[in-house]
Amino acid sequence: MAILVIAEHDNDAVQAATLNTVTAARELGTEIDVLVAGHNCSQVGDGAAKIEGVTRVLLADHSVLEHQLAECLAPVIAGIATGYTHLLAPASTFGKNMMPRVAALLDVQQVSDISAIVAGDTFVRPIYAGNALATVCSADAIKVVTVRTTAFDAAADEGGTASVEMLSVAESPPLSEFLGQELTRSERPELTTADIIVSGGRGMQSSENFVMLERLADQLGAAVGASRAAVDAGYVPNDYQVGQTGKVVAPDLYIAIGISGAIQHLAGMKDSKVIVAINKDEEAPIFQIADYGWVTDLFTAVPELEAALAE
Amino acid sequence: MKILVPIKRVIDANIKVRVKPDQSGVELNNVKMAMNPFCEIAVEAALRLREAGVAEEVIVVCAGPANGKETLRTALAMGADRAIHIESENSPEPLAVAKLLKAVVEREEPGLVILGKQAIDGDNNQTGQMLSALLNWSLGTFISRLSVEDGAFHVTREVDGGLENLKLSGPAVVTVDLRLNEPRYASLPNIMKAKKKPLEELTADALDVDITPRLTVLKVEEPVSRSAGIRVQSAAELVDKLKNEAKVI
Repeated sequence: MAILVIAEHDNDAVQAATLNTVTAARELGTEIDVLVAGHNCSQVGDGAAKIEGVTRVLLADHSVLEHQLAECLAPVIAGIATGYTHLLAPASTFGKNMMPRVAALLDVQQVSDISAIVAGDTFVRPIYAGNALATVCSADAIKVVTVRTTAFDAAADEGGTASVEMLSVAESPPLSEFLGQELTRSERPELTTADIIVSGGRGMQSSENFVMLERLADQLGAAVGASRAAVDAGYVPNDYQVGQTGKVVAPDLYIAIGISGAIQHLAGMKDSKVIVAINKDEEAPIFQIADYGWVTDLFTAVPELEAALAE
Repeated sequence: MKILVPIKRVIDANIKVRVKPDQSGVELNNVKMAMNPFCEIAVEAALRLREAGVAEEVIVVCAGPANGKETLRTALAMGADRAIHIESENSPEPLAVAKLLKAVVEREEPGLVILGKQAIDGDNNQTGQMLSALLNWSLGTFISRLSVEDGAFHVTREVDGGLENLKLSGPAVVTVDLRLNEPRYASLPNIMKAKKKPLEELTADALDVDITPRLTVLKVEEPVSRSAGIRVQSAAELVDKLKNEAKVI
């Protein structure tokens, strides 16, 4: 049972989501290869070789793979798939974009966003925004799976001694062209790996008011998140969105401020260890899942909280 | 250019789903159904391209049980020109849907296929990507901006780190995210008009596509539910609880 994990990376370093995916792979078998496909990414391959439990790193380094477009990545992965029982990638926008294209090339029905492994062919996955959990059994010879990273611990990124092998990449005419990206730069922890998240909703009323949440987040060493309503209203960029169609998070502490708690938002954060809700509407659904609820006006509560934390 | 828009019928997004007591699935009987919200955005995107003169015809297609025709009529009432229903007893899996769509694409030869990025029932997020692979077409997923320039599609994708801009050579498959547009409502006169628009009926057999499922659902369960905790009255009390009771700060 050899398993292939597709590394998520930025040609510089392995992204944290890869480490959770390796842990899922280790539940399936002991022979684990990691594919690093990109351009000028040999240091990513060296990093992946140090991940605990990895047997071998396959390095596909080619200019057509620089931006990891699905059209270019999928044939590379499908081309080496036959040696494996499982292909795993994180259920991030990287994995969601590319993995079904791989599955279709292999004539496999992918299993998306698994939250538990029951057996080599049987997985648990949330459906209906996490309001139900389906246990599904795959009849395909190769299992193509994306992994809900919050459901699996991160593998250690030190201590591994995998070999690194180069993989040749066939030139293919590109179907799409990368024009550029606008990445949100932040000194704060990344949303999906943060221990604490301070999240704001429609109740914040403006992007200026989010500065207040950022101050609170910095005091706590937290990441800043948002509900769909706050993103749609333009208060914060799209990559802040937590929910069914945004990011799924499970920090130790999630502080929901001015968020009513639509099921689509709860789907993205209800596995947090401790949930705090601050909202002036005591009927807000968020209070039904909050460990600590505070019914109050957020505009007075947040400064008070800052002061109390400073003491 | 023709635009093909595949759509799905799902439980209305505002309904709280209930798992069946025998764990065979979720309760669909007597539950309000609607077009998948992402599919509504896909239909709207196609209509706007037609209204801008970029496309001549918008064709909507749905695969699944007979009542999918109602959802197709909704799309026709929004403004789509004609509809295709591929009837099957159950809702086919994404790979099977992608194969059915490939057969429809080969018949209709659209220049662009616009899909929702995911259906809010299975949350699979696969069909558009799979279709693009089967056709070997360019792919733009999770898009929040779409324009057509010199026969190429310029898209902005919402990705985990922010936004990404791509130029897709046509023909292309795109899947839409929430912020691409706000779908229109169908007016009453348009709902009446939609009843007279053409709706073609097809089957997987007629398209020579095998839709046998690859996955077996062994059971569907309720997740462990969280219960409400306590109410605090002040910032000092909250900080004390977080420090000394929950021990998370």
